[in-house]
Amino acid sequence: MKIVIVGGGMGGTILANNLARRIAPEIRSGKVQLVMLTASEKHMYQPGLLYLALGRMTPDELYRDQASLLEPGIELHVDPVEAFELDQNRIKTKGGKTHGYDILVIATGSRPAPEMIPGLAENAETFYTEQTALKMFKRLQAFQGGRVVIAVGVPHKCPMAPLEITFMLHDYFKDRGIRDKVQLHYTYPIGRIHSLEPVAKWATPEFDRLGITYETLFNLKSVDGASRVVKSEEGTEAKYDLLITIPAHKGMEVLEKNKLGAGGFLPTHKTHLTMEGRSNVYVIGDTTNIPISKAGSTAHYQAETLGENLAAIVKLGSPVREHDGKVFCFIETGKDTATYAMFNYSNPPDPKPPTKAVHWFKMAYNKLYWTTARGLL
Amino acid sequence: MAERIVIDARGSFCPGPLMELIARLKFGAVGEEFEVLSTDKGSASDIPEWVRKVGHELLGTREEAGVWHIALRKTK
Repeated sequence: MKIVIVGGGMGGTILANNLARRIAPEIRSGKVQLVMLTASEKHMYQPGLLYLALGRMTPDELYRDQASLLEPGIELHVDPVEAFELDQNRIKTKGGKTHGYDILVIATGSRPAPEMIPGLAENAETFYTEQTALKMFKRLQAFQGGRVVIAVGVPHKCPMAPLEITFMLHDYFKDRGIRDKVQLHYTYPIGRIHSLEPVAKWATPEFDRLGITYETLFNLKSVDGASRVVKSEEGTEAKYDLLITIPAHKGMEVLEKNKLGAGGFLPTHKTHLTMEGRSNVYVIGDTTNIPISKAGSTAHYQAETLGENLAAIVKLGSPVREHDGKVFCFIETGKDTATYAMFNYSNPPDPKPPTKAVHWFKMAYNKLYWTTARGLL
Repeated sequence: MAERIVIDARGSFCPGPLMELIARLKFGAVGEEFEVLSTDKGSASDIPEWVRKVGHELLGTREEAGVWHIALRKTK
């Protein structure tokens, strides 16, 4: 049996390691071949970009060699896929190779797409790539005061990022002694300041206490860099001196080119994690169109379910459990406090008051992540 | 007539039914119809309010066995 995982991000890597450990005997005996195809020889810890933009992590802390993270027995090819020929159970790579498969997992993630909004890429700072996070860091260092607007595109990776960057900017400017010269103005696409109602209920009075103004039902339409105005679909405008965006995301271009799903997001069964209409193609992480947070922890828990199920298919001939939609997100609420939100398809979150202990656990997790990627934690 | 695109946001706490609709509309074509399924009763008012505010066409809202069905057409 040949299992091919496309994508070496958080979901693909955790899955590969989890599965390789479960089916080590079958890999050793040659009964199963486990292949990973990825676009980069480096693996990035993406949540670290938030800290990079604020000068609290450095680029070298974000990367490990992909090969160093993988269990023995996983066949790694740094060779991105260009064509998905699902009717023929095969894929073709940029390097000219063709891989047949019995089971395919697509975990190619998502990418920021600020170009979807006219004027946004040219005029806004963001922290979703190393390059843009470093640019934002330098822009923040040079900023001496004025109106900072946070504008949020949809869909976006990491639903906590809009709140986290706002709280962290408050502390950042306070530490520099210029908070009184900065007006922080937060905008959000729906009718409250966060998609999770209990989180919004907690964060709204916090914004009031910290003097952060906010506007809801604000969906990015365009940015006029000359007059420094951001316009919303709802017909309102916000003036800025510094515009910070959580940009809308798309799935990978190769999936759009292969017409596998609108916006590069693949139609996926929420509990089986199969691609709609395909019994031997699975999708995890940001790549799915499941109405769930696009976040590392979503990919992590999906990978664990799928690892168990694929191992069961190898050993028993069928999967053993349905995915419950678990998500666990840390929420940084400043430079030294944090809380978290944990929920699944059936149970809503119940965030607790922020503490320093949760913040320090998040700091520790920024290092512990490498054990998660290895499928250990 | 083209098939209505169903957005099954039942049990979606984050990003939630309205945010999910906003996201899917981005990748849809003008004239396409969408139907959001939500188990959050707030959707019955939130989604129509947003659809009207932005100027899409609301086609109807109904509740069936605890699930709200909100249908609309993308107009721009």
